[in-house]
Amino acid sequence: MRSVSIIGVGCTKFGERWEVSLRDMIAEAGVLAIDDSNVIGEQIDAMYVGNMSAGRFVEQEHIGALIADCAGLSRLHIPSTRVEAACASGGLALRQGVLAVASGYHDIVIAAGVEKMTDVSSGTAADALASAADREWECFFGATFPALYAMMARLHMRRYGTTHDQMAQVAVKNHHHGCLNPIAQYHMEITLDDVDRSPMVSDPLHVLDCSPISDGAAAVVLAPTEIARKFAEMPVRIVGSGQASDTLALHDRRDITTLDATVHAAHSAFGQAGIEPKDIDVAEVHDCFTIGEILAIEDLGFVEKGQGGKAAEEGITALGGRLPINTSGGLKACGHPVGATGIKQIYEIALQLRGEAGKRQVEDAEYGLAHNVGGSGGTAIVHIMSR
Amino acid sequence: MTSGIVSYGVYIPKYRIRVDEIARVWGDGDNIAESLRVYEKSVPDMDEDAVTFAVEAARNAVVRAGIDPRRVGAIYTGSESHPYAVKPTGTIVGEAICTSSSFTAADFEFACKAGTAAIQACLGLVSSNLIDLGIAIGTDVSQGAPGDMLEYTAAAGGAAYIIGSKDLAAEIEAFYSFTTDTPDFWRREGMPYPEHGGRFTGEPAYFKHVTSAANGLMKQLGTTPKDYDYAVFHQPNGKFPVRVARKLGFSKEQIEPGLVVPFIGNTYSGSCLIGLAATLDVAKPGERIFVTSFGSGAGSDAFSIKVLDKIEDIRTGAPSVRDYIAKAQYLDYAMYAKHKGKLKL
Repeated sequence: MRSVSIIGVGCTKFGERWEVSLRDMIAEAGVLAIDDSNVIGEQIDAMYVGNMSAGRFVEQEHIGALIADCAGLSRLHIPSTRVEAACASGGLALRQGVLAVASGYHDIVIAAGVEKMTDVSSGTAADALASAADREWECFFGATFPALYAMMARLHMRRYGTTHDQMAQVAVKNHHHGCLNPIAQYHMEITLDDVDRSPMVSDPLHVLDCSPISDGAAAVVLAPTEIARKFAEMPVRIVGSGQASDTLALHDRRDITTLDATVHAAHSAFGQAGIEPKDIDVAEVHDCFTIGEILAIEDLGFVEKGQGGKAAEEGITALGGRLPINTSGGLKACGHPVGATGIKQIYEIALQLRGEAGKRQVEDAEYGLAHNVGGSGGTAIVHIMSR
Repeated sequence: MTSGIVSYGVYIPKYRIRVDEIARVWGDGDNIAESLRVYEKSVPDMDEDAVTFAVEAARNAVVRAGIDPRRVGAIYTGSESHPYAVKPTGTIVGEAICTSSSFTAADFEFACKAGTAAIQACLGLVSSNLIDLGIAIGTDVSQGAPGDMLEYTAAAGGAAYIIGSKDLAAEIEAFYSFTTDTPDFWRREGMPYPEHGGRFTGEPAYFKHVTSAANGLMKQLGTTPKDYDYAVFHQPNGKFPVRVARKLGFSKEQIEPGLVVPFIGNTYSGSCLIGLAATLDVAKPGERIFVTSFGSGAGSDAFSIKVLDKIEDIRTGAPSVRDYIAKAQYLDYAMYAKHKGKLKL
């Protein structure tokens, strides 16, 4: 297996992008990444794109061919593949790209993610997102994602004494980080009180505990590490790539306060990297709801089980803390165009490791981690990167 | 030729339902009213509709300034709830206020701004001396599907403006319109309730059009918000007009007299025009009023209005907006459903 590096990254502004279409955004992100990598179109061997539900959101399927076409590469007839793992579609696209380069099958590969969610009503969007849960055993009985994550939160509160203020602190912190990120959907500081006073969605989760509905696209360019420096001054090496699955339905899990898929994917990625969680300097984790970030930092091994809420409260996970989490603003404040999120996480970690994260730069970051979850934890994907 | 408002009249039905009462039925929690900044909305009686509101408002306008209705050469009625799909509202209004038969009429629809479009049409006819007086009306029994967010604000009421070029109570100095094809809110033929694009109705629709029309007019006239004593914006809820005023540089004090949505809800085609009437109810000669309507689909008409001495003569000739607001009788949701014809027998 060959070592794989990221030689270029690009990301659109996330938000309610009513003025552009899915294809506009994927072209914008792709051009940014290709420009950043110094490759030319003819050098690209393959493309992978993560997209959850363009069929439901914009009535467009066949996204693989579409992105090659939008990139102006249809004349090269390269393989272009759309992959789907709900909200982990972006992370999965990266992993497919990594496997393709590592195996020696391809050299220069684009891994991208895109989602255009605001062209439909919020009800239609919520229903499309609910298709990432178990339609027959969860959705038909009335569960939506806020309800599923609320159940995880309630048990976590009961078992470990986690408080809603600790969860709200995750949103406060991520909004602060988002204010420092030009591509973030929200540039708006919030307080614990704002979270508490925002409308209840599913007890204990308020509106400001939830990530928004967003549009956006992101792309990265991959190459074998041995030739990466031909293209990039500062390639970012992917030193671990883990993927794991679990039961689709939450009620079938061994323990609903632990995402076993995250534990297994992290174990695999850390094993490949030959490092431990304490070696990570900066991480992007899947905070689709505030409780999601608390579960993630526990399941990734950054803190002990049950201590995630306390870590948020004590500021360990804020910029300037021992382990800054979600410096992009996370899904909460940077936005969550589901298929694009996993690649945006990679974009953020790459900027951090290259020292290009501006006001949100983590000093001397050597190792970064990205954690992308599909559904309530049916899929988890963990990537570890180093300078 | 100087043209403008010769007289005006409004009508708001006396029934109200509190937003909290609607929220109680739908289980939407108790901070909906606060989040919309709308606390109650007007509800029609069982035999009231957009036509009866138009008639009442036109009668008030005629009475207020002692107008001879036979001088009226045009009646344009803007509404998105004309009771007949085919059969004009304007003819009923003309007959009811005793115009001569020598007038032209047509019904307008441009979501919530059909009333200001009617004012523009009347201004064209009176400014060119083709007619003596024209009546422009905005009236609606607004539609909002049960359980939809619109139900919290969709209200009932109307306003009529008599437009002419003599004996003006207020001069319309200029107007500017901004129109694009923006599908933020619509109702298809035969459908009982409108649909909307959720948050798409905000930035790309309401805010873009209102600010574009308002800035367009101020640029055309070389004015700034400081040149006006009052401002009125379309009022779909209590938040949008306040936010758009702040965005444009108008103060809370400038919009306060015309901000009626917290007490009566969104009267759609009547909204901006009732807000203007509430402002005329208190404005003094020499003061200037900035008005911008918004209609989904989408467009905005902005007007610069200068209040003249004559306002003092006609001010008390008909009930004021505050008179109507003060006359409130509250319904529970069951009676509201009956009044709105939501119960099908």
